[in-house]
Amino acid sequence: MTAFKTLSLAMFKGFIRDKVTLFFTFLFPLMFLVIFGLILRDVGADKTKIAVVGDGPIVSALRDSGVLELQPYDDENAAVQKVKDGDLPAALIVRGQVLDVRFAQSDQVKSATVVGIINGFVDKANVAATGQPPRFTFAAEKVEDASLKPIQFLTPGILSWGVAVSAVFGSALTLVSWRRKQVLRRIRLAPVSATSVLSSRILVSAGVALLQGAIFIGVASLPVFGLRLSGSWWLAIPLLLLGTIAFFALGMLVGAFAKTEEAASAAANIIVLPMAFMSGTFFPMDQAPAWLQAVSKVFPLRHMNDGMLDVLVRGKGIQALAVPSAILVGFALVVGFLASRVFKWEE
Amino acid sequence: MTEERSAVVVRDVRKSYGELKAVDGVSFTVAEGEFFGILGPNGAGKTTTLEIIEGLREPDSGDVTLLGERPWPRNVKLLPRIGVQLQASSFFDKLTAREQLQTFGSLYGVNSTRADEMLELVGLTDKANEQENKLSGGQRQRLSIACALMHDPDIVFLDEPTAALDPQARRNLWDVLRAIRERGKTIVYTTHYLDEAEILCDRVAIMDEGRILALDPPAVLVRGLDAPTHVTLQKGVLSVMDASALDGVEEAHEDEVSLTISTRRPAPVLSALADRGALDGLQVRTATLEDVFLNLTGREYRA
Repeated sequence: MTAFKTLSLAMFKGFIRDKVTLFFTFLFPLMFLVIFGLILRDVGADKTKIAVVGDGPIVSALRDSGVLELQPYDDENAAVQKVKDGDLPAALIVRGQVLDVRFAQSDQVKSATVVGIINGFVDKANVAATGQPPRFTFAAEKVEDASLKPIQFLTPGILSWGVAVSAVFGSALTLVSWRRKQVLRRIRLAPVSATSVLSSRILVSAGVALLQGAIFIGVASLPVFGLRLSGSWWLAIPLLLLGTIAFFALGMLVGAFAKTEEAASAAANIIVLPMAFMSGTFFPMDQAPAWLQAVSKVFPLRHMNDGMLDVLVRGKGIQALAVPSAILVGFALVVGFLASRVFKWEE
Repeated sequence: MTEERSAVVVRDVRKSYGELKAVDGVSFTVAEGEFFGILGPNGAGKTTTLEIIEGLREPDSGDVTLLGERPWPRNVKLLPRIGVQLQASSFFDKLTAREQLQTFGSLYGVNSTRADEMLELVGLTDKANEQENKLSGGQRQRLSIACALMHDPDIVFLDEPTAALDPQARRNLWDVLRAIRERGKTIVYTTHYLDEAEILCDRVAIMDEGRILALDPPAVLVRGLDAPTHVTLQKGVLSVMDASALDGVEEAHEDEVSLTISTRRPAPVLSALADRGALDGLQVRTATLEDVFLNLTGREYRA
């Protein structure tokens, strides 16, 4: 076997046999995905609940539409008491063909919505009762808006972050440990080029990144979380690979300065953690203040996030890769060059 | 010995780190197939000398020829012919003994089937599937030597292979070193154990403070000392007075358990003792490299 293949295999074995690394590569980001995914799952999703006394065609139509959640009460007083207590925004009391709505004054938006909805159903029923075709009609159609369900922005963000963490730590810790244990020196004494050693390590990181992508997207797609991928999701693959190379280069730079694994680990954390928070890993950047949005543009992770979001869930085409790819490649070249300048074989 | 057939030629090599002269004008040659030891206390300059020969460091001045080639700057043609075991046990993370050998071998394009042969050579066949960090210090050291031999080099550099090993592990390692030697390899090795160098090496260079103080086969060095031989007998076998009267005896003294006789002509002393049937508890202790070191530096050897 060639040195490239054997070294890749050796490093991959080393990776999968290291439980701590496995934890931080897969489980740790997955924990964030699960926790945030579950916490934020129901935000903005709950329906308005009202009390209902009695039944009839209007109530059936309301129930079938699913616009409001109806809680049936037998006793009118009990239903009104619920509204008075502020537990429910309104109570609908049906007495044959007369519908009575009692609503709470405190939450005017909610009660106006409830009154409007019930009014609409009553009007529709009245029109139908006349037997005349309606003079005015309207059609409603869904529009994909820019705002996303939490899991839709969490998955691309946490995936980019997870890939960045494992590439930075993977390269920095390997470099420091090999230098400290004199494996670097041993390699230098063998007739093997630095390129094949470096490229085999990058290959392992790239494989890990693809594995992370498959696992995180797989988990987020479970019904509990409900991630829905766009048709252009596969464009995330080149982005994952470019991201790996960019953050691998960053790890090489960190590893060149750090003398021990502990120092490398601390330095990598100091760089990656703030970058993750300011790049939209845990919340969408369009909700961030303007200054933070501006600052975040300096981080490669921000652009990787944007690209991931565009291709994984927003369904944008290959043109969405242009800016993130250019920035990741540029970052990799600049940082990789710096890393090669400060690289040391020996302590 | 001519220089064409020398594995290593070092001529007046110097290397300083700031004020410290780590190597201060060292010259020697190592013949092909020789077991050559560089010994001295920590900080004597052994490791730096070795690193310069291996081509890991550039000397400030002086010449090094290794197997007829210049090792500095990194000479890719030379690398497959040299095997280097490093001072720290340097291994890849989480790989088994066999996988370590295969991975190091692959750096030289060596077929991985050789790994089992190497494991047998260093007596680690039953540890083939153990991860490196589960091995004992001595086993790790032997594995690291096996890694240096995977590509069948002509010359092997071993930097303190027996440091920090218990006596039994040291002796196991000696067997490995002898086996390597029997394969016709040239071995250059550093140690701070004088007794070990005396047993293993064809020739030793004694280094201290960056210089070579002496260079010869151990026996020649010891003989050159002209130090007395100490003959020890069980107490009571012979009186101090009788002992002192024997031909060739320079001095005799007694402690609670034994009688010690110093002589520079042990043959007549031993035959006289045999004639008297006074050989109970006989021990003969000649000078060692430790005495040589003491003589050369004027101070006790401290490893």
